[in-house]
Amino acid sequence: MMDYAVALAVAFLLLAGSLFALVAALGIVRLPDLYTRMHAASKAGTVGSGMLLFAAGVASGEVAVFARALAGFVFFLLTAPVAAHLLAKAAHQTGYRLGPQSVCDDLAER
Amino acid sequence: MIAPLAIVSTAAAVALVILCLAFLLAGWRVVAGPTLPDRILALDTLSGTAIGFIAVLAVKTGFSLYIDIAISLGLVGFLATVAFARFVMSRGSVAERHSEKTASAPKKPKVVAKRTRAKERKGKA
Repeated sequence: MMDYAVALAVAFLLLAGSLFALVAALGIVRLPDLYTRMHAASKAGTVGSGMLLFAAGVASGEVAVFARALAGFVFFLLTAPVAAHLLAKAAHQTGYRLGPQSVCDDLAER
Repeated sequence: MIAPLAIVSTAAAVALVILCLAFLLAGWRVVAGPTLPDRILALDTLSGTAIGFIAVLAVKTGFSLYIDIAISLGLVGFLATVAFARFVMSRGSVAERHSEKTASAPKKPKVVAKRTRAKERKGKA
């Protein structure tokens, strides 16, 4: 019975994580400008790869492997916002403008 | 009743197909992306998807060593994105580089105004 519970949890984590990764890629393709694409990619992409790592940790059934997978997830959770913020700041500073639909730019020079 | 192993391996196969689709979509943005930051962002997403691929392979094959590879790939992806962001910053303003082209002409005055204001501030100090 325990086997089934673990298998179902792993299957759910695998499917949900890959769907999150797909949503991130769809956002990158469909959204209008760099900053909205960044919002899709850095949030959904992190959760997607984190859930897949989590699935690998749960599937192994060992505490050491699970702890490593968890450490990897935390690492991505810490680094993805830093990378996205750096890239957005660099792009905004060098003059890449927001899309025409955007209503507010708090970093703009007034 | 389906065996637990069959459930996991079926889910892993489906996850691989979905990840393949995500990989192709992000790869299209790398090729088509109109600006350099778009391409960098798509590369970042590609490395995230590759980490997911490796994790699914770890589930499918049972080698837990793959998780370490995924973590180090994440480290490399993060460093690459940071380095690219520094590169974008050091490359200078968009309007400056395309000042001869008429396409970006409306962008030019804003940046020029910013520059002169910065110079004024420097002069005061």
